[in-house]
Amino acid sequence: MSRPPAPADAEAAARLIAFGMRPKQLPGRDVVYADLVRRYGEDSGFKQLTHAVAAGLGLMVLEVSMQAGAVLAATDESVFEIKMDSYARQSKIRERRDTEKVLHGLVHLATAALGYPRPDDLANDTYIGRVSVEQVDGVVREACRILDERAARAEANNDPLADAPELEQAWRAYARRPAAAATKDGRLAADTTRGMVARALRFLSEQGFLVPVSGEQGGTYRTTPRYQVQVRELAADAAFDELLALDVVSVGGDGDGGGSLRAATSETL
Amino acid sequence: MLIGAGGPDEGLARRLKALACTAPLHDLDARKAKLDWADATVYQMAEIALHTIDQVTIAMDFDTGADHQQVANRLLPFIAAQAPHRTPGEHARVARWVLDNLINVGTTDRGFRRVYGSVDGEGRYQRRAFDFKLLVELAARDGEVYLRATDEAINVLVGALDTDVESAQIAAEVKLENLISRGRLADAKLAAEQARYRTVQYGETLRAKLDATRRDVRSVDWEREVPELLDAALTHIESRFRAETAILKNITASRDEAEDPDRKRRAAELVDIVGDCVRRHTQLQSRLQAAGAVFRAEQDRQQFSGPPQRAAIDLFGQLLLPTLALPLADAVPPAQSFFHAATGIGVPTVPSLSALVSLLLRPAPEREQLVGEVPDPELTPAEETDRYSDEQWRYADELLDLPEVPRRLSGLLAEARRADPAVARLVALRALHAYGPEVGGAVRQGERRVLLALDDGTPLDDPEFGGADLLLQSAAVGSGSDATLQSETEEVA
Repeated sequence: MSRPPAPADAEAAARLIAFGMRPKQLPGRDVVYADLVRRYGEDSGFKQLTHAVAAGLGLMVLEVSMQAGAVLAATDESVFEIKMDSYARQSKIRERRDTEKVLHGLVHLATAALGYPRPDDLANDTYIGRVSVEQVDGVVREACRILDERAARAEANNDPLADAPELEQAWRAYARRPAAAATKDGRLAADTTRGMVARALRFLSEQGFLVPVSGEQGGTYRTTPRYQVQVRELAADAAFDELLALDVVSVGGDGDGGGSLRAATSETL
Repeated sequence: MLIGAGGPDEGLARRLKALACTAPLHDLDARKAKLDWADATVYQMAEIALHTIDQVTIAMDFDTGADHQQVANRLLPFIAAQAPHRTPGEHARVARWVLDNLINVGTTDRGFRRVYGSVDGEGRYQRRAFDFKLLVELAARDGEVYLRATDEAINVLVGALDTDVESAQIAAEVKLENLISRGRLADAKLAAEQARYRTVQYGETLRAKLDATRRDVRSVDWEREVPELLDAALTHIESRFRAETAILKNITASRDEAEDPDRKRRAAELVDIVGDCVRRHTQLQSRLQAAGAVFRAEQDRQQFSGPPQRAAIDLFGQLLLPTLALPLADAVPPAQSFFHAATGIGVPTVPSLSALVSLLLRPAPEREQLVGEVPDPELTPAEETDRYSDEQWRYADELLDLPEVPRRLSGLLAEARRADPAVARLVALRALHAYGPEVGGAVRQGERRVLLALDDGTPLDDPEFGGADLLLQSAAVGSGSDATLQSETEEVA
């Protein structure tokens, strides 16, 4: 582009991003939005301009499509970033704060894992997953059971060391936390795993990533294309990179042969 | 003591863990005297606790169990028998207290942790934490919370630590038959109850397997493990059925023939228990028969997929499982980065003036369904509170040690100020404190003397402090019953 962008183009690009900030608004329901999405797909100059406007705001454009709309992500230190510290329960003791963070992170990870059980589901644009509070908690507890059995098979004493709580494995902290607890007024206690899952699912539905379907199983939701993009294009890789850095997984999967629902456990079948 | 066997002693660790499971029960009796809402020393808390675990275990069904209120209600007759003259309200409160303590309400994890030592392969002594629960709360399909007893609790209760479920059941059964043939009904009842717990435990194992299958067919070995389990369970039920029918016939006869009303009653109880065992076995059997259908239905539902259309990550196998296996400290970065990336963006809210006004005028919203428990404040100890150094305190002590003759505050201040102006301030403060000395407190703490101050109306002439020029003297404190002050005080007055 030799000439500077026209003010009208800049406005249109900013408007597309503004639409992306309203996660529940979809191109299918708004003519102006749909036009902008179409223009983004056809006009590479407009696409670049949109990316530039987003970058200036501290945002990243993950995908713009008719199904998902404009899917944005916050860059580090952006005003749009959702801080885990404000999401997780505040605790003065550092270890306990870490535990809370890990548990909340695991709940979100399990929600995605249940929403897209196979790699294929994550890759398939038309796939719509279903999650419920009961199932998400069940998925993590099931994984805990697998790890417990694996630990039992190793036959070494693997009870956590009493004076090094930070070395305790994450699954033990999850398994120990009660699934449900009765409170005096009959509400679901927030620091139980089911309370955490319910909170995560409600939060994701406010973000336009899930849509409530029914109240069954503690609350049942279906996934949206937006969530799929978010998990596939950003979240899964971000977490995977961290795990690669820790050298606990390898690229190409640990012998899953591609497309298994439960790669690490398929040896049992 | 612990080191000596050379290698790691698993039996020792096992016994220590078994011992740990009983600790919460002893703890109840240790703490009952401190309860402020009742004089609870008349209650045998450990007995009530065992009875509670009993009640929860008996109510445990294949799918659900009893809720808190039901269990508490069933405990009432037992508690009332211990203290008949107390009010029913107090009995209910004791039931609730024991129940809450067995769940360990108030802790985040609602469980217990005991530290035990073990010697590792290299002979090093290490402290390890053993986490266990006695009663757990689970949510039923309808959202109600109900109770289940854990394996630890059942093991503690029936005293069959570290034994195989099935062999324990056979042993109990043989014992039962023997006892009945010898006419020892009280023991027979105990054995029958034990057999029933075993049955419940057996059902639990199966329920866990079926639950896992419902979540993911591949997590359970349906090729060998489960068919073997089902076979074993069916054979087991068959033999139990025969045994129980025989026992039932035997004790029904003994019930009908018994002359002694007490013996008759106990035999009748036994008939009930064995009848319940038979009912439970029937239930277990129908579950076993349905197990295959569950597998097929789940396999259909969780059908296998074709090759992926584009490279994507297996979220469960490549992210969730490895993250769960990490130590807590290492799990923070992956968990946090996934959270950041998967929760999208938060748009800062900027209220417009008109919106803000209506926001402020809006009535307080109903509390959300999940507002959470009020977190306990975690207090950090205050930093350095000592304003005066030890040196200054010592000097002030010297100045205020006045056993013989009373002195005026003005003189003391002047002397203190010559050494250190801060000491003068400390002396003034202590003199002020001595104006209303806590003699009772000094006696309790076993102090020998206490500083007394008296105002005789002389005003204090001092550049820094104002008020009365107090007369100060140390008075000896008697340790007698009246803690009488001795003669010196009169002199001052």
